[in-house]
This record gives sequence, structure tokens and C-alpha cells, in this order.
Amino acid sequence: MSGKPKLHYFNGRGRMEPIRWLLAAAGVEFEESFIEKKEDLTKLQKDGSLLFQQVPMVEMDGMKLVQTRAIANYIATKYNLYGKDLKERTLIDMYVEGMFDLYELLMTYIMQPADKKEQHFANMMDKATNRYFPAFEKVLKDHGKDFLVGNQLSRADVHLLELILMAEEFKADILAKFPLLQSFKARISNIPTIKKFLQPGSQRKPPVREEDVAKFSKAFH
Amino acid sequence: MSTKPKLYYFDGRGKMESIRWLLAAAGVEFEEEFLETRDQYEKLLQGGSLLFQQVPMVEIDGMRMVQTRAILSYIAAKYNLYGKDLKERALIDMYVGGTDDLMGFILMFPFLSVEDKEKQRALIVQKATSRYFPVYEKVLKDHGQDFLVGSSFSWADVHLLEAILMVEEKKSDVLSGFPQLQAFKARISSIPTIKKFLEPGSQRKPVPDDKYVETVRRVLRMYYDVKAN
Repeated sequence: MSGKPKLHYFNGRGRMEPIRWLLAAAGVEFEESFIEKKEDLTKLQKDGSLLFQQVPMVEMDGMKLVQTRAIANYIATKYNLYGKDLKERTLIDMYVEGMFDLYELLMTYIMQPADKKEQHFANMMDKATNRYFPAFEKVLKDHGKDFLVGNQLSRADVHLLELILMAEEFKADILAKFPLLQSFKARISNIPTIKKFLQPGSQRKPPVREEDVAKFSKAFH
Repeated sequence: MSTKPKLYYFDGRGKMESIRWLLAAAGVEFEEEFLETRDQYEKLLQGGSLLFQQVPMVEIDGMRMVQTRAILSYIAAKYNLYGKDLKERALIDMYVGGTDDLMGFILMFPFLSVEDKEKQRALIVQKATSRYFPVYEKVLKDHGQDFLVGSSFSWADVHLLEAILMVEEKKSDVLSGFPQLQAFKARISSIPTIKKFLEPGSQRKPVPDDKYVETVRRVLRMYYDVKAN
């Protein structure tokens, strides 16, 4: 039996992508089992592998972990990406929860009905540039350090880089007003494990295409 | 200056209620400042207290904490309600994730139209009885312990009790197929700090009403229609 974590999800980003990023950043090799048809999901549900009948699910350390946050929290703690004490962990949690909120907006764009897309797009761009990115720009400005929390790499940095790149896929110059986030992006992208993950051939997944949305929905519903 | 945590939110449940529950369960006294006017909210914004311009916000231990999950995790860790090791924490995180998802269906309920409310009520009951309650029933049955995780009272127990009571408000006999959960409910409700919180006069908030909805809409200028899941 492999000692590597095994990820159960669709062959796409969705809610599993932040977990792929975290494992990759931590230099942890992982396997993936892709759900391609409805039967794949049903099988997992029937054999009791999915606590709440849902994916993401990650098999690691003898557990079948579900719930994105639970999985991410476990990985971050295990691989020292969660700060050095409770106060740092708390700052990380605050920042990461804000990032998850923006992530949710970006992730759900593609699923919007045609008549709602424009409004959704405007809202997510507004939130990115007026709510979330300014907050993180200010954090970096106030302490002047390379990393968001505690002067060392944490999950907050990894999630933020993922978020920035995702936002840029919607609007290439979205960081125009955020010089510190621009240098943050360059800096974190250069970390060897992350640089490797950003190269072609890694387990990083491409953006969901319109055509794939129907396929994913069929497997879920 | 008070050293008690201070909660900034509307005078109602919303996202702050789980935090009130957890502080109460831990026996921690707290103060509350209720947002009633737009002006109060703008003052908080201008003062820079709200990292992402949102409430809940809790002043605690020299921090102005935002983001419900971050606040709850902090309180749980500080007051030893987060398990004794990483594996227990993972279990607690998973269980709390489930009850969070379940309570998420109820969170928007007061803002829905009358027709949508009926549909949502049915959805809440369906999710509770077919997805969530069976999980916790099985957890309790399998290990036969009083508490969900590690034979020790934790955040997961508090959160589950809160969820059970909230779903019962939508359908009073919803626990009829779940004997373990019925016993769990009785047991956790009699823990002194929780018992106190369940009594009239505590800081527990009632089921949200139209006045609450009006206040939220007014303060946040949230006048769009809220749709069900």
C-alpha cells in the first residue's frame, strides 16, 4: 500500500485544488483517483468512504478525511505551514477564511446561468480589488516582511498565490494597483516546490471550461 | 477596560450565534455591541476594525478577530474544546464542517420569500435526516461514548447541539428516528454552562424575525432578493 496521500475528486480544480497546492508546496507527493462517471461517486458513497456523501476526500495517515477545511487544516499542521503558535494560527485562519470567500466567488462563476454571469463577474472583480486584495496588500505593507504571517512560509501564502493566479485568469492586470502583491506573487512562485507545481506536467489542474461544467454536474446530481 | 470578549453583530443569530454558544459552553462571559444603524457600521468600517469590511467581529485578547471559523477555532483552542491531538482535531474539524453546512441551509432562511421558505424548510429537514443526523447517530453508536470525539467535551458537541435545536425549530419531531441523538441532546443540554445558556435571560438569541431581517438589510444595504440554495 502506498504511503502517499490519495485524493478522490473530479479531474478538475473545484474544492480540491487548494489541497493540491498545499501538498505540492509542502513537497508531498500524492496520488489521485478521478471521479469520471456517476457510478464512481456512488461506489465511494456506498462503501462508506465519504462521511457526508461528498468529495473532496483524502486518504492519508489511516484516515478518510472529508470537508475541505478539515483536510487543509490537517495537512497544514502536519507539514508546519500553520504558524508557530496559536496567535499566528489565528491570523492565518482569518486571512485564509477571507481568501476562501473570494475563492468561492471565483470558483462559482462558471456555474452561473448566462443571465447572471455579468453581475457575478462584476461582483467578484469588485470584491477582489476593493475588499480582499487591499487587505492583503496592507498586511504586507504594515510588516514589510516576505510572508503574510510570522516571517515564514505558511498556508496563507500558498492560498493567496493560488487566489492571485486564479483572479488573473479573469483579469490579467488585476494586480495593477497592488505592488506588494505583485512582488509577493513573484517571490512565492519562486519557492522550489511551488515553482515545480507551476510547471507543465504537474498535478495542478487547468481552469474549468464551459464544456466541462455540464459533465461535472451530471456526475454530482 | 473590560477583558471580556466583545462581540459586534446584529441583535440576532446569524453567523455570530455559534460563537455565542461556544463562549457560553466554555463558561466565558462576553459583552455585545449590537449594530442597529448604518452609521454604526460605517464607523466600524472607517475605524479599520473590520479586516474584510464584515461582521462578525470579536475583540478578544488584544485582537479584532473576523471570520466566523477563525474566531471559533481560536476560542475552541484557547478553552480546550479542540481535542487533545492532531487526529482528534481533524475529527472535530470534519464534524463541525458537517454541522456548519447544515446550519448554512438555515442561515438564509429568514431572508427568503414565503414560497421559498416552504421549499427550504423541506430541504433542511431532508438534509438533516438523510445526510447529517445519520452520521452523528452512527458516530455515537459506534463508540458508545458520551461525546463525539475523544471521550471529551469539545466544540463538535456544542455545534451539534446548536444544529439539532435549530432543525427542531423547523420540525419538532425531527429526531424521532435518532435515539442516540435524543440522548446526546439531553446529556449535552444538562452540562451546567449550556443549561444556563438555554435558560431565558441568557445571551442566546431567538429565532430571527422580520425585524432582524429589516435591521440587517438596513445596516448592510442588502436589498437584493436572497435566493434559496
